[in-house]
Amino acid sequence: MAECHPVGFQWVMEAKARGARVIHIDPRFTRTSAVADMHVPLRAGSDIVLLGALINHIISTQKYFREYVVSYTNAATLVNEDFKDVDDVGVFSGFDAQSGTYDTSTWQYLGVEETAAAGNRSAAGKHPTGQELGGRGSKLEHGRVQRDETLQDPRCVFQILRRHYARYTAELVEQVCGVGPEGFAKICDAITANSGRERTTAWVYSVGWTQHSVGVQYIRGACIIQLLLGNIGRPGGGIMALRGHASIQGSTDIPTLFNLLPGYLPMPKAGEHEDLSSYFESIYSPDQKGFWTSAEAYTVSLLKAWFGDMATAHNDYGFHWLPRVNGDHSTYSTLMDMLDGTVEGYFLLGQNPAVGSSNGKAQRLGMAQLKWLVVRDLNMIESATFWKDGPEIATGELRTEDIGTEVFFLPAAAHTEKKGTFTNTQRMLQWRHKAVDPPGDARSELHFFHQLGVELRRKLAGSPLERDAGLRNLTWDYPLETDGEPDGEAVLQEINGRHRSGAKAGQMLSSFVDMKADGSTDGGCWIYTGVYADGVNQAARRRPGQEQSWVAPEWGWAWPLNRRMLYNRASADPDGKPWSERKRYVWWDEAQQRWTGEDVPDFPVDKPPSFRPAPGTGGPGGLAGDDPFIMQADGKGWLYAPSGLLDGPLPTHYEPAESPVRNPLYRQQSNPTRESFPRQENLTNPSPPEPGSEVFPFVVTTYRLTEHHTAGGMSRFLPYLSELQPEFFCEVSPELARERNLVNGGWATIVSARTAVEARVLVTERLAPLRIDGRVIHQVGLPYHWGVGGSAVVSGDSANDLLGIALDPNVHIQESKAATCDIRPGRRPTGPALLRFVEEHRRRAGITVTTGNIRMTPPEGSL
Amino acid sequence: MGARNRRRSWPVLGQLTGADRLGRGAAVESARTASLSPRTATADRVVQSVCPYCAVGCGQRVYVKNEKVVQIEGDPDSPISRGRLCPKGSASEQLVNNPNRVTSVRYRRPYATDWEDLPLDRAVDMISDRLLDTRARTWQEADKDGNKLRRTMGIASLGGATLDNEENYLIKKLFTAAGVVQVENQARI
Repeated sequence: MAECHPVGFQWVMEAKARGARVIHIDPRFTRTSAVADMHVPLRAGSDIVLLGALINHIISTQKYFREYVVSYTNAATLVNEDFKDVDDVGVFSGFDAQSGTYDTSTWQYLGVEETAAAGNRSAAGKHPTGQELGGRGSKLEHGRVQRDETLQDPRCVFQILRRHYARYTAELVEQVCGVGPEGFAKICDAITANSGRERTTAWVYSVGWTQHSVGVQYIRGACIIQLLLGNIGRPGGGIMALRGHASIQGSTDIPTLFNLLPGYLPMPKAGEHEDLSSYFESIYSPDQKGFWTSAEAYTVSLLKAWFGDMATAHNDYGFHWLPRVNGDHSTYSTLMDMLDGTVEGYFLLGQNPAVGSSNGKAQRLGMAQLKWLVVRDLNMIESATFWKDGPEIATGELRTEDIGTEVFFLPAAAHTEKKGTFTNTQRMLQWRHKAVDPPGDARSELHFFHQLGVELRRKLAGSPLERDAGLRNLTWDYPLETDGEPDGEAVLQEINGRHRSGAKAGQMLSSFVDMKADGSTDGGCWIYTGVYADGVNQAARRRPGQEQSWVAPEWGWAWPLNRRMLYNRASADPDGKPWSERKRYVWWDEAQQRWTGEDVPDFPVDKPPSFRPAPGTGGPGGLAGDDPFIMQADGKGWLYAPSGLLDGPLPTHYEPAESPVRNPLYRQQSNPTRESFPRQENLTNPSPPEPGSEVFPFVVTTYRLTEHHTAGGMSRFLPYLSELQPEFFCEVSPELARERNLVNGGWATIVSARTAVEARVLVTERLAPLRIDGRVIHQVGLPYHWGVGGSAVVSGDSANDLLGIALDPNVHIQESKAATCDIRPGRRPTGPALLRFVEEHRRRAGITVTTGNIRMTPPEGSL
Repeated sequence: MGARNRRRSWPVLGQLTGADRLGRGAAVESARTASLSPRTATADRVVQSVCPYCAVGCGQRVYVKNEKVVQIEGDPDSPISRGRLCPKGSASEQLVNNPNRVTSVRYRRPYATDWEDLPLDRAVDMISDRLLDTRARTWQEADKDGNKLRRTMGIASLGGATLDNEENYLIKKLFTAAGVVQVENQARI
């Protein structure tokens, strides 16, 4: 955090100055470790074992926050008797080895049958769509669950959890993670001593947790710990995702993502969502609890925002004009289609996949297959110039004169040259005012896409074709500034939504609660409704922090409804009183009969803690006064996920797709539901028990540096930042340096099945070797900011060229935080010799297209 | 400058006789330094903004003179950042005024070995033609079971995490209406 979010880290230091203990768990010693009370190095890719052992410790020593756990989580809920925990093979009940997917019906709560498992299955031969649960829990048929509040019933979630994690012991942590018993005990003591009524513990993570073939389950592991310890919805608690781009949260909320519509509404699926009623039927049940039952109002308001008066009850509000998805269409699946030559056109909008995405060679070979490519960026990034100075030109794999890709480079406007909102990592929207005009041909994306839309609609204006109806009927009449730029405030107002009829016609909506499913309101993203409450741009509020309470609610605007902390009902006890005076945040005011406190209460404001709904009541009315998780279908925090996940209802350890270590828990080596792409451009290093893994004996992990930004498009082109960190380097321990004759300041060549890259050597104790299962495992650390091209101030080989593509099945994120490699002294061969050098490694390891891609690990001895 | 002031301007004398006994401040300030003023003091206007790098969302104050950004500083009013910026945020003035920045449209024909010029309007016109052409040829109305698809798999887009919400909104809205489903950004990566 000190490296990549330095200014946010000041608050960790403030907490430390007030007595907080800071523990840094990371393979690498960083600027964070330097000021932490304790640094715990562990093997990249082993975290679920550590998290699982913490869960085991919390349960077995009875350190969980019992009142919180019983009242606010699903610990007491009974699960279907047919559910079977992970077995000796390493899978939960319902697994189909052929397709690598689960039938999740046995995972369900007792008495709550599953009707549709959206996204879990897919057409033959295709990867499943995955899940899209960014703002809510998964669907339940109803909220009438059976509970045993003594937590003793063997079918209850708490007992399933206890049994599942019993084998995650301190010994296993030492064996798998390389973390000794003393270090583990200190973490156990710290998190349990600092949780409960009086104290809270926060967890902070970033892509070191997400970029794994079991990435979602890492986060689930932290959720379980925080729910058991009562640290969700309370000040000083929570799980903080540190996101790395200025509006990466915003681009998820208003998604430039294939599987989502704005506000975490799913994209319609082929065969499932032929019309609006089947869409609603599959995404929620009117009998489940909470605010997701209003999805109809959110969807119809979105369609009204997009299609205006052309969207009517008679035409399903234009729902049939939306395209359908039927599988994984994420960026890596698209890459495979590019390599196959079926993608013709590609827009790159401030992103540099030639350097920033896994398997850079495949990315560049894919782009060389395109008919046309549009690159919009501030600088001439490597993804725009691969056709003349990419690494494949040097090796002879590509020849400029043979690349048929037509490339348009359009310069983009900088953040000071346009107005608009970023959504930061805390869900806070902040409006930027425009300072100056962009230079030359530089334009904002707002300008470009508006203009592109105008052109497309002009060219299709007379089209009789049904397929053009969506574009023709789109609302696209934004007011323009004098320079032709659409007014960003008008777009933000459309996102917020308006009353379209009635007494308030034309007025801005102040809350998504006002959205209707009858077409009388519109709004482009329901969770952002309120950003224009009272007709005021709330995101532009800048009351100085020093003039406000510590929550600072009048700086910017946070979704939903300016709530700064989600699920804050849980900061009070079941009776609505603060758990302690130290940790008071939101509470029930008996005199006023309202929830009140430091923040906007995340609960129906006048619903008393004692309220109990009539059995069977669905929607917000079905929430009891002690159901703090208002977007969950049963109002509770999920220790166990009866639906919504594709790879198991509980986190369980699998080794990364590439690992030098055998999974000690069961036969299955790596996530059996992981998404893999076996093909010549994406070869995989072998892992045990497959032969050949000794050729790539080291763990390799990638990361960022303070002085650079992702693929370098906004940093390697700046002289200041390039001077601070000029050259690609690898971090290795003195022990590994001795073993492989690596000299500090000299060169090393790092090799995988994909390619070899060269880097300057930094011999450092920052990457300590670990003793794993009785042997020493070395880890190689690589910052991934550099790329090969002729336009940046500094260039160098790209760490992402080393990495293959294996994905988490839920969200299709790549496993770029843990892979295997070989490392050798000296520079890599150049030209065609590089290909021969890599081929020799492949041959020694016996690598074919199927290596590392056999879904189910065969029994010992059968390989 | 009188004789007395001239004597006082000798650093050692000033250091020994004035308040700055350690010689770290006023005693050692040259006349040239004294005559300088920060770019922030002479700016025509100050515009409140947000840092474009990571997602902490540090407040920035953008100083503008003669319609040029002359300096970017941390905004002390921000309850998030309290005026601080990291090395990247501190360098963001150079991001904007970078001499390496490309400010005109560049165009590479298929199989060509170098860039050529292209007017911006012409580029947008050509890109819309390419999009419509690919879309028409790769259009999928339904799958083999007759389920509605209404899309093209011939066009994809990547990017958005560095862009504004309003921009992402128009991108998603336009592409979805056009039947382009392979719309992705760094949030997946």
